[in-house]
Amino acid sequence: MIMLEKRPQPSQGWTLATPILAVLLTMLVGGALFAALGKDPLVTIRTIFYDPLFSEFAWYYRPQLLVKGAPLVLIAIGLSFGFRAGVWNIGAEGQYIIGAICGAAVGLALYPMESVFIFPAMVIAGALGGMLWAMIPGILRVKFGTNEILVSLMLVYVAEQLLASMALGTLRNPEGMGFPGSRNLSQYPSAANLELISGSGMHWGVVAAFIAVIFAYIMLSRHIFGFQVRLSGLAPRAAAFSGVNPGRLILLCMAISGGLAGLAGLFEVAGPAGQISIDFNVGYGFTAIIVAFLGRLHPVGILLAGGLMALTYIGGEIAQSKLGLPGGAIQLLQGMLLFFLLAVDVLTHYRVRFGQGEVA
Amino acid sequence: MMKSLLTGATFALGLTTAAFAQDETTKVGFIYVGPVGDGGWTYEHNQGRLAVEEHFGDAVETVFVESVPEGPDAERVMTQMALDGADLIFSTSFGFMDPTINVAGKFPDVKFEHATGYKQADNVSVYSARFYEGRAVQGHIAGQMTESNVIGYIASFPIPEVIRGINAAYLQAKAVNPDVEFKIVWAYTWFDPAKEAEAATVLIEQGADVILQHTDSTAPQAAAQAAGNVATFGQASDMAEFGPYPRVSSIIDNWSPYYIARTQAVIDGTWESTSTWDGIAPGMVGIGEITDSVPAEIKASAEAMIESIRSGEMHPFTGPINKQDGSVWLAEGETASDYGDDGLAGMNFYVEGIVGDVPQ
Repeated sequence: MIMLEKRPQPSQGWTLATPILAVLLTMLVGGALFAALGKDPLVTIRTIFYDPLFSEFAWYYRPQLLVKGAPLVLIAIGLSFGFRAGVWNIGAEGQYIIGAICGAAVGLALYPMESVFIFPAMVIAGALGGMLWAMIPGILRVKFGTNEILVSLMLVYVAEQLLASMALGTLRNPEGMGFPGSRNLSQYPSAANLELISGSGMHWGVVAAFIAVIFAYIMLSRHIFGFQVRLSGLAPRAAAFSGVNPGRLILLCMAISGGLAGLAGLFEVAGPAGQISIDFNVGYGFTAIIVAFLGRLHPVGILLAGGLMALTYIGGEIAQSKLGLPGGAIQLLQGMLLFFLLAVDVLTHYRVRFGQGEVA
Repeated sequence: MMKSLLTGATFALGLTTAAFAQDETTKVGFIYVGPVGDGGWTYEHNQGRLAVEEHFGDAVETVFVESVPEGPDAERVMTQMALDGADLIFSTSFGFMDPTINVAGKFPDVKFEHATGYKQADNVSVYSARFYEGRAVQGHIAGQMTESNVIGYIASFPIPEVIRGINAAYLQAKAVNPDVEFKIVWAYTWFDPAKEAEAATVLIEQGADVILQHTDSTAPQAAAQAAGNVATFGQASDMAEFGPYPRVSSIIDNWSPYYIARTQAVIDGTWESTSTWDGIAPGMVGIGEITDSVPAEIKASAEAMIESIRSGEMHPFTGPINKQDGSVWLAEGETASDYGDDGLAGMNFYVEGIVGDVPQ
């Protein structure tokens, strides 16, 4: 008989081991799935997880990992503060959109002026935009006790409508022959978020993601705010007794996650995407939730998880094109990753015992 | 990090090796915005791909990636195909326009074909179909089929292509039924069965008994079937499984002849950058069987209309036609020009009689 016994404290060892176990299980079950689809599982797994890093064209894919991973890491770092403190901002996708709109609007308003101050102004506008959008569920929760999960999620759809309206109206390219979509910011030197070194994939968003990781690491391990965040998550009552102001904490967590999501949006719209278009957002805000948990809400873990997620996207495309794997199979693989992580999480909190259970 | 900086410097070098990687078989890549199983737009492009495979046999190898978001991801997928030795790449959605131009700039020896866009380059052709010719036929049938005089229209994005379709259908519906009214719902998606079903239900509740759709799934067909007394038209693909009622006819995108011809041109070395806009006559736009649910005399007159469009006798946009605001667009006997001010390519206004505004 197998029994689960609750551990007095979450196991340190399993906390580190479960993400790796989840990845291995995903590969195993994913491989079985690919075999069922008539593909060689080993070749497929290799194409997804190995080829982008070490194949003939890895010189192109490695920089792309940075481009694809940066927004995921940036958003996930922001979310991790709230998730640790029990503040559930599910609407990072919306904050990402609003950040992009606000930042792009500043750049487009100044077109075609050239100045070194334009890009920094856009960065500030992007961060503020995301932050303000996140403040809506934050303030509603603090003032009226509404559920921030619901409100932040619903605001994603509002943001999407706003995005469509901007692409079709206010921010539309006047020289675009009536087609929707703004001017291409990546072709506007003062506003462009281009690669800092050609061919490296490093743009300001990647730099910001690395800075965010370091900053978050210091905040969480060395700063009183990090302590309050962790305490509120683990023991809300103890946190209250030790003088944590819960309202202030909620607003700060929302502001950090919204601000970073807004930044991610701005760096994307000014660089890789280039323009505000109706379907500018591609789900980074939602995928970042997986990344945050896959990385155990730890900054370094998130960095690794973001890289892994980017790998499955890029490797997944290669597998589609080279092996004819259906796109849905890749999405399934990504979903499995979170599923297995949550499933094996039981090992962190419980001890598995074999044999006769004790009679209480 | 250092590694990726160094490898980045070899981009140009890598491109040359990529060019050497080609062999005798011609490799043709396809990039799709939706899943091949959408039963509509992407499905038909994939049928075109299969036709290329069948026509050329072992001389041609095709690859595809489905459900690619429009933006940096599309750029990466096309780059990956080009690196892997593709000689010709079809990018089959409007939103792939800037990515296609960007990738084409990096691979001057690879030919690109972009569907429904307007940006050409030395190695980028554009192609589209005159779907509005099919819309005119739909309007002709719909105007006579409706008893409530309310025709529902599920529109995707307010871009010229979609607006042209609405105008073409409305003009013919109005010509046969002066009391007809169009109710238009903007779904802001090309493919989202849930949203499309919802839009269809809303339209049916508002009294529509004929529904035209410019979105790709069969969800509106299913919604109409459930309602029982609502007629529909297949979109992009025949959707014959919903015939003979609710689906009474369809517009079929037939890309096969074009794809075969362009692939042949690449094999022969005669490929040149062109702009193609074909309609019913060359067979790029097909009209699916008009079922017996349509009264015989309506069916006969619809077929006569198809013939007169095919022969060039009829142009769906022939004056007198006023714009929605009452100003003259086309004088008596004048036909719309393709390009220029008020041309069909950039159409962004409704014709007189349509209620509501083009979303901004």
